[in-house]
Amino acid sequence: MSDDGPAETVEYVSGTGVPVRGNDIDTDQIIPARFMKVVTFDGLGEFAFFDVRFDDDDNQKDHPFNEDHFQGASVLAVNSNFGCGSSREHAPQALMRWGIDAIVGESFAEIFAGNCLALGIPTVTASQEDVEALQDYIDEHPDEEIEVDVENEEVRYGDTVVDAEVDDAQRRALVEGVWDTTALMRSNADTVRETAASLPYTDV
Amino acid sequence: MSENTLYDKVWDRHEVTELPTGQTQLFVGLHLIHEVTSPQAFGMLRERDLDVAYPERTYATVDHIVPTADQSRPYSDDAAEEMMSELEENVRAANIDFADPTTGRQGIVHVVGPEQGLTQPGMTIVCGDSHTATHGAFGALAFGIGTSQIRDVLATGCVAMEKQKVRRIEVTGELDEGVTPKDVILQVIRKLGTDGGVGYVYEYGGEAIRDMDMAGRMSICNMSIEGGARAGYVNPDETTYEYLEGRDRIPDGEEFEELKSYWESITSDADADYDDVVEIDGDELEPTVTWGTTPGQGIGISEEIPAPEDLPEDKQDTARSAQEHMDVEPGDTMAGYPIDVAFLGSCTNARLPDLREAAEVVKGHEVHDSVRAMVVPGSQRVKAAAEAEGLDEVFKEAGFDWRGAGCSMCLGMNEDQLVGDERCASSSNRNFVGRQGSKDGRTVLMSPPMVAAAAVTGEVTDVRELERFEEVRA
Repeated sequence: MSDDGPAETVEYVSGTGVPVRGNDIDTDQIIPARFMKVVTFDGLGEFAFFDVRFDDDDNQKDHPFNEDHFQGASVLAVNSNFGCGSSREHAPQALMRWGIDAIVGESFAEIFAGNCLALGIPTVTASQEDVEALQDYIDEHPDEEIEVDVENEEVRYGDTVVDAEVDDAQRRALVEGVWDTTALMRSNADTVRETAASLPYTDV
Repeated sequence: MSENTLYDKVWDRHEVTELPTGQTQLFVGLHLIHEVTSPQAFGMLRERDLDVAYPERTYATVDHIVPTADQSRPYSDDAAEEMMSELEENVRAANIDFADPTTGRQGIVHVVGPEQGLTQPGMTIVCGDSHTATHGAFGALAFGIGTSQIRDVLATGCVAMEKQKVRRIEVTGELDEGVTPKDVILQVIRKLGTDGGVGYVYEYGGEAIRDMDMAGRMSICNMSIEGGARAGYVNPDETTYEYLEGRDRIPDGEEFEELKSYWESITSDADADYDDVVEIDGDELEPTVTWGTTPGQGIGISEEIPAPEDLPEDKQDTARSAQEHMDVEPGDTMAGYPIDVAFLGSCTNARLPDLREAAEVVKGHEVHDSVRAMVVPGSQRVKAAAEAEGLDEVFKEAGFDWRGAGCSMCLGMNEDQLVGDERCASSSNRNFVGRQGSKDGRTVLMSPPMVAAAAVTGEVTDVRELERFEEVRA
């Protein structure tokens, strides 16, 4: 990613799915804090959901991320308040590096959704009923493509088309490829200096 | 949409422009950084050959990985040493002020900012840490950000955000003896849910908040994120100004008065419009503890743990797995459940008033034989101030371990961790499974005086009944 060039656009993601069920799945579950003792994000993928995937002796436990037929999945289907807890970008980084390119859920914690956007991962919401039906479909059809249409706010699978929602700013950012906010905001540096100078606390 | 609230006013003053995405480019008045979430952001800056745009508005400390026992360098944990060295190099290269442990100013970032007067009303404050909401206690607009946003702030002095709705949370009445701000926020989260605040900023007000000291207001704002709200704030008032006057970064004389008039100008108008208003009756609250594995699973100490089937349908599964993990039974109260560890610390509750209140309970008692108890002051200054008034002696005589400053067992990134399925009475903010360093560990959130009472009795205890409890047992 260059500083001045446009970021790529993400109008559409498709791939096989993986369901992770449960409300309030927090970032400590997605990536336990001990794996954050690193100075880069490289290699975090293997630690995604680590403590719910492995027991004390590193034996695999029942978890969708362990199942052979979900390896290679890129669309994660989750329930409500997914990603609550800390601001660690390590959480979406771990999911991304495991292979996730889009997440469909009932609702997302805000900082988590913002972190996903910064990585170009759409966080698409749908009703509880639709998400549960999607999760069941994925269980039964682990090899079928799930299409996440960010631009048209739809999730499609089999013969089903789900009305989904994508936050307005997120949709524009992904579809128009303007989610690299560093470059965007750097271009306004002069206005930033004016705003800063207008604040009473900046000159003391 | 809200109008004329502090949030609206501070937002407007810091708005640079609207971005093509519809987001606002918001100027950041104070950027706090620490060792865990910043190294990758500095790495991204190097990749793009960018400098830190506003080093003078950036301030660093080290808290998450810092050992609280032996702080001599190099740290015995190689990973911790590497993170510390990386931060040292990054702040040196960018000329950023760094409160490292040799300065006597180091501590948890959300304790350090306020105590040095870096945190001020009417500022926008960000940090790569979800508990940044803490600084809202001063009437700042403060929120946690991810690492890519840290990169944005380092490179541009700005963050891209969408404006949110404002919910006024009115806490009426007077808190009973033994009831603390921690109990207020645990009940707020219980009432509104762990996702009730998504899309909102919380404005806390009402008599109970007005009567609170700054430490109490910080405890409340701190846990806004546990209720799903990215930011929470209290309008600044005389309590705020008195706290700030004389602190390191606060000017005096005429300059102070000038700043104060700005602070007064950004408070919410009496006739401000809110998107939602919720009332909590402060008179009704009792000491509150969690029975489960989300901060929303709280109850008064005299209340029974709910049966999952009595909860709303979408809460039942979570409640069942939480009760299994915590090994608690519906119908019981939490009082009487044995504890193995007592942790007094964290950005929620490790300020001087928190330690004083806990010490008051501990005085004349001893830590129960089956409990390992530790106090981790929020900053080196809190520690020094506590020692100056002899609080360390109170804790040490009772059998508490008296540690150095840091995040410690709140999230177990240093050596301070639960072992196996230990149950911990904790003054921290999250009871998530695995949060305190052991995936089988069990966290019971509560106020500092309640942690002190549990340490002494070896079980979850109503602090208001401690003396009677001890007499009965004797």
